[in-house]
Amino acid sequence: MENGFSSPRTDAFPAGLRVLVVDDDPTWLKILEKMLKKCSYEVTTCCLARDALDMLRGKKDGFDIVISDVNMPDMDGFKLLEQVGLEMDLPVIMMSVDGETSRVMKGVQHGACDYLLKPVRMKELRNIWQHVFRKKIHEVKDIESHEGGPDEFDDGHLLSAGDTNLAKKRKDLENREHDDQEFSDPSAAKKVRVVWSVDLHQKFVNAVNQIGLDSEYQPGFLFNTLICIFIHKNISYFILCPSGDIWLSYLLFTTFSCHLNNACIEPLCVILLAEVGPKKILDLMNVPWLTRENVASHLQKYRLYLSRLQKQNEPKTSFGGIKLPDFSYKDPPGSFGLQSSTTMHQNNAANTNFGYSGNKILVQDVGSQIHGGDLEGIVSFLPAAEPKKALIGDVPDPQKTSSSSLMGTTHSLESLRPDVNYASFEFTIPRQHSWSGETPVKEQLKQEHEPYLLLGDGYTNPPLPIPHHIQVHRLRSVPSIYPRTSITERDKLGPIETRPLCTEYKSNHVTSISPVGRTVDLFSVQADSHIINPQAFEAISTITSSTKSRNFDQNCVNNLESVQQNIIPGSGSALLSSHGDVQLFSLQGCGYTENIGLQNIEFSDYNDSELVTELPSHLYDGLRFNCDYLDLMEYPTVDQGLFIA
Amino acid sequence: MCVQWGKSKIGLLQGFLDEQFIQLEELQDDANPNFVEEVVTLFYRDSTRLLLNIDQALEKSPLDFSKLDNYMHQFKGSSSSIGATKVNNECTHFREYCNAGNAEGCMSTFQQMKKEHATLRKKLEAYFQVSSICLVTFFSS
Repeated sequence: MENGFSSPRTDAFPAGLRVLVVDDDPTWLKILEKMLKKCSYEVTTCCLARDALDMLRGKKDGFDIVISDVNMPDMDGFKLLEQVGLEMDLPVIMMSVDGETSRVMKGVQHGACDYLLKPVRMKELRNIWQHVFRKKIHEVKDIESHEGGPDEFDDGHLLSAGDTNLAKKRKDLENREHDDQEFSDPSAAKKVRVVWSVDLHQKFVNAVNQIGLDSEYQPGFLFNTLICIFIHKNISYFILCPSGDIWLSYLLFTTFSCHLNNACIEPLCVILLAEVGPKKILDLMNVPWLTRENVASHLQKYRLYLSRLQKQNEPKTSFGGIKLPDFSYKDPPGSFGLQSSTTMHQNNAANTNFGYSGNKILVQDVGSQIHGGDLEGIVSFLPAAEPKKALIGDVPDPQKTSSSSLMGTTHSLESLRPDVNYASFEFTIPRQHSWSGETPVKEQLKQEHEPYLLLGDGYTNPPLPIPHHIQVHRLRSVPSIYPRTSITERDKLGPIETRPLCTEYKSNHVTSISPVGRTVDLFSVQADSHIINPQAFEAISTITSSTKSRNFDQNCVNNLESVQQNIIPGSGSALLSSHGDVQLFSLQGCGYTENIGLQNIEFSDYNDSELVTELPSHLYDGLRFNCDYLDLMEYPTVDQGLFIA
Repeated sequence: MCVQWGKSKIGLLQGFLDEQFIQLEELQDDANPNFVEEVVTLFYRDSTRLLLNIDQALEKSPLDFSKLDNYMHQFKGSSSSIGATKVNNECTHFREYCNAGNAEGCMSTFQQMKKEHATLRKKLEAYFQVSSICLVTFFSS
């Protein structure tokens, strides 16, 4: 029967199944070998886990299934299990004399497809072929589902954390639908099993990291999370728009700040979270024989692995709000420069990349366009893959962030210092490849689609995972809520920068990626369409142009000439219908906000890790969800008047 | 004829070995005519080493119970390979004492286990000798 195996021995499947047995007990090794031989399987035995891994790596596609003991002296069986699953994607069966539920559970969690109790009976071994077969079938289904449709992994998940499960289930169902035609003939897929060697995996991880760095340049990326950080009167507000709608966030914020006290609040920055998809990884890896499906399934496993690691390192994470990942601030970042309107002159036009400890937070200085009223706040936002760790990446050090030129709400556009710089920060937390380390890094990778924000106590929303790359773009801050800045003025600003993701929005078209529930009313204020920096959003596949609001005149206008837009026209307010959650966080008492006032604040380059290290604690200690503020979100009565000076 | 001999020989081992041993017997075939003996030999070689480790660990003071438990876990896995029932039971007792931190209990259980271990060995040796005798008899007749 055709069974999808490529080698001739598989004609009599399951006979000839190539089994690798790993057990430190020589007696068992001998017994199992004999038993498996009696089942007509091809057996290889190994008493050391390391040797087993070497064998597996050395002989790509040389084995169909691995049976391993749990307790081994040189390596934990679970670890071996993980490695094999990740690198070689083979089914692994665990064995132990200990049948305690917790152990069995652990085995399953680590990816074991079965857990046998010693003494193992031959009849149990006879059936192990089912795991191989099952895997084949699932792979085939995966291929089928990937081949035709869009890249599911690249889908923007306009869902909150809770919904992503739904999305996955939906996807599974889709996969299953393809089952029928493939079921009987798994070999039709002609899938060649890819053995993910150490090298290959390294390439994979490199590619993933690379994407993080480059993502803002890449079209097709979906920015599905937008976090706007606004700092107003020493309070930082983080608005998370899962859908990634910058305008939405901005509007939310401005409106809300309006209510606060009619003050001018500049959006500090807009963080766009980009997503990594298998196609991109594949392109970067530059391995000719590798297919997208291979990468996709490996990616999935990698995510699982990361999530497992994350769970292991699960910290208390009691803080609500965005928290910087712990790992991130070990080394001094390159230079973390917050460009403020005033001080960035020197950084004009230079896209400075600031490396950030291990997390590669890139801060780019987007040209130096100064426009009155354009305040760029840079909010660095580190993606926190793991739920508990929100990333507020390089949030400027309080002292240094004096730059809240953003804050300088009182500046009229005209008065804006000419040195406003746009900086876009790309924060990509480098994914380290070490499987064993860098949990946080991996965690980021894990969460690709969902932005994750840990909400404060008062908040009931589940934390949303944050995609692993977060690009922070400076928003042109509006000097005040006043839509003073005309588009034209903005336009005057030179080509701000090359970074597409720069928070420059061309006036005209507001692309909202996802609607925000309560703010529907709010954003029904439509003004001239503002075109949001297309490039920033180019990855947003579901961008719909929507809200046109005069507000955008103020500052949401971006100058990106070069921006292309993937804007799907849509109705403005409709988009604002609740889709994602906009979560408003108020960061109070954050150290770094202290110095941020409404005056011109200078951002200085951060050349040390100080910023970084301070931020996390600031951020999450201080971050509290302020319910009061949230209420403000429901401002049906906000009208444009508020936004006009 | 030898098969029948075999079955009656099992009586020698009753109570000392369980179902697993019979499984081993069933695994024995023309390709591996001495399979069971080989396995038992392997077992005794390995288990003796383990017992030595435990012995040494038990001489230390204070006792490192987690280490002891570890050793015993290995030993249990080993003894389960040939289905050594009584030895296995002693292993379980030992681990219970370990968990309870009962040094005395550990010591006495261990002594008991060593006894069982030795007894079984003798029985198995006799068993195999009988087996070989059986074969010889068969072929010579």
